[in-house]
Amino acid sequence: MTASTTALPLPTARFTDLLAAEWIKLRSLRSIHWALGAGALGIIAFNTNAARADYVNFPHYGRVVRTHFLSWALRDAFTQGAAMMLVLAASSIGAISIVGEYTTGLVRTTFAAVPDRRALMTAKVVVVAAVMTVYGAFTAGASFVLTQAVLDGRGQGVSIGHPGALRVVVASALLAPVCALAGLGLGALIRHSATTTVFNVFVLLFLPTFVTDRYHWTACVRNALPFNAWYRLVDVEYGHQPFTLTPRYQTTVTGGWIVFGAWALAAAVVAVVAVDRRDV
Amino acid sequence: MPHDALPRDGGPVIEVDRLTKRYGGTTAVRQLSFTVRPGHVTGFLGPNGAGKTTTLRMLLGLVEPTSGAATVDGHTVRRYPRGLRHVGALLDAGDVHGGRSARAHLHALARSNRIPARRVDEVLAEVGLAGAPAGRRVGGYSLGMKQRLGIATALLGDPPVLLFDEPLNGLDPEGVLWVRGLFRRLAGEGRTVFVSSHLMSEMENTADELIVIGRGELIAAESLTEFAARGTRPTVTVRTPDAGTLAAALSAEGAAVAPYDGETLKVTGLSSDRIGEIAFEHSVLLRELTTETASLEAAFMELTADSVEYLAGEPR
Repeated sequence: MTASTTALPLPTARFTDLLAAEWIKLRSLRSIHWALGAGALGIIAFNTNAARADYVNFPHYGRVVRTHFLSWALRDAFTQGAAMMLVLAASSIGAISIVGEYTTGLVRTTFAAVPDRRALMTAKVVVVAAVMTVYGAFTAGASFVLTQAVLDGRGQGVSIGHPGALRVVVASALLAPVCALAGLGLGALIRHSATTTVFNVFVLLFLPTFVTDRYHWTACVRNALPFNAWYRLVDVEYGHQPFTLTPRYQTTVTGGWIVFGAWALAAAVVAVVAVDRRDV
Repeated sequence: MPHDALPRDGGPVIEVDRLTKRYGGTTAVRQLSFTVRPGHVTGFLGPNGAGKTTTLRMLLGLVEPTSGAATVDGHTVRRYPRGLRHVGALLDAGDVHGGRSARAHLHALARSNRIPARRVDEVLAEVGLAGAPAGRRVGGYSLGMKQRLGIATALLGDPPVLLFDEPLNGLDPEGVLWVRGLFRRLAGEGRTVFVSSHLMSEMENTADELIVIGRGELIAAESLTEFAARGTRPTVTVRTPDAGTLAAALSAEGAAVAPYDGETLKVTGLSSDRIGEIAFEHSVLLRELTTETASLEAAFMELTADSVEYLAGEPR
């Protein structure tokens, strides 16, 4: 026996080690850099272009539009198209972080190194959520600054201190971690890349437009989806502006935040529990 | 514990106790029991599909047994919050993410187990991947390089128990020689080294203890020497310019002699020592006198023949 194999005191298993390891894993994949970088550029460009279009068209807008331009300005701060891109990017990153382990077989190496799978998956959840929150904050913040700077050219830009402006930025930023966790949870359940992508797109992007708000129960389903929750949260003049119809079954801002929180929590629990007992 | 009676070097023991794994109607491993002791290289042999990988995965806590238990040092691996310092394993060289560099891969694993970062460079140097290769994406590695990375992963935690599933696949002759030396050294240090293979020839110069399974059941658990003795009697190849004289002399001594070609005889029933003596007594010049090493392979084939045949007809 050499000294190396005698029972040296083993270091205590610390959760922070798992966080650090998951962070190394996330940042050491070049594909993730590309996906995040291209996604951020696309999102910011998309929003800025919407502001540019309003800037160009502003002289042709009628009086009603001009008096209610606040909702226009804040809609440009984070457009629906950009939100869809963010949902796609975030849910893909979340899914990749676990499905990538299963499809490559790395999951066996990972679980052999860390038999405490629940701790490992919790670390993954925390790291993915943290990284995507920063990512969402960056894209939403940059979009807000750029779009309002463009609209300032018409004297219509809004400051972050304006009522509702901060909510638009925060809700758009948090859409990223919510969808990333949803992707992670679905990925942990499904474990196959193509199927996970299809389900992600179906649940996070397709269902929100597909489900009608005509009946009470379908409206409930619709309102419980993250994309619709986001849409409610960024609609600062909900029910007060003349351009859109007020839905029969109304939702509240608080309801929107609750939907965000519930999805994040449920997805995190699924991700942690789903992998614990299954053979790899 | 019956194993207290066994000679132990103090290192941890791998204990498999009535281990069973069923997948639907298929039984991959059936009532398998064996013990792997420290200080030896123990070969884990069986034909393809015999249940070796499933057993190793159960040992590592990756696959949940249907019944029975597989323990390392008295505990199932799932009981250890972090595994690398208890058991090091190379299961499949492909169990890595091709998008990461070897260094990043090991760095993340080391960090998760609170192993200092300098250990990453140590194991990379040990397996011959230090420097530029360690910075390259693993996806571009050859199978041999991936095996080396897998071995580095197993060594990372400097564990007392090491599992290797088919570690010689894809290695060049120099690599095979190196791996054998490494296994001997690890065992010499008192560690428990458990190496699976479906080729007896790979184990011949590597293992000193053998666990042989077929169709998920234990066939033999004994030393390599005992195992070899089960095989057909050793054949000795003799090459001589005077084959006729020698063949007659050997037959007179009771050996079975089969002429192979004009100069070569295949002899069974006599040891090479005795054949040499007989040749000397009859003043026959010998150009070659070799004991056939194929006997181990033959013993293995003989033992596993039934299980292989059975498996071929069985849906998996």
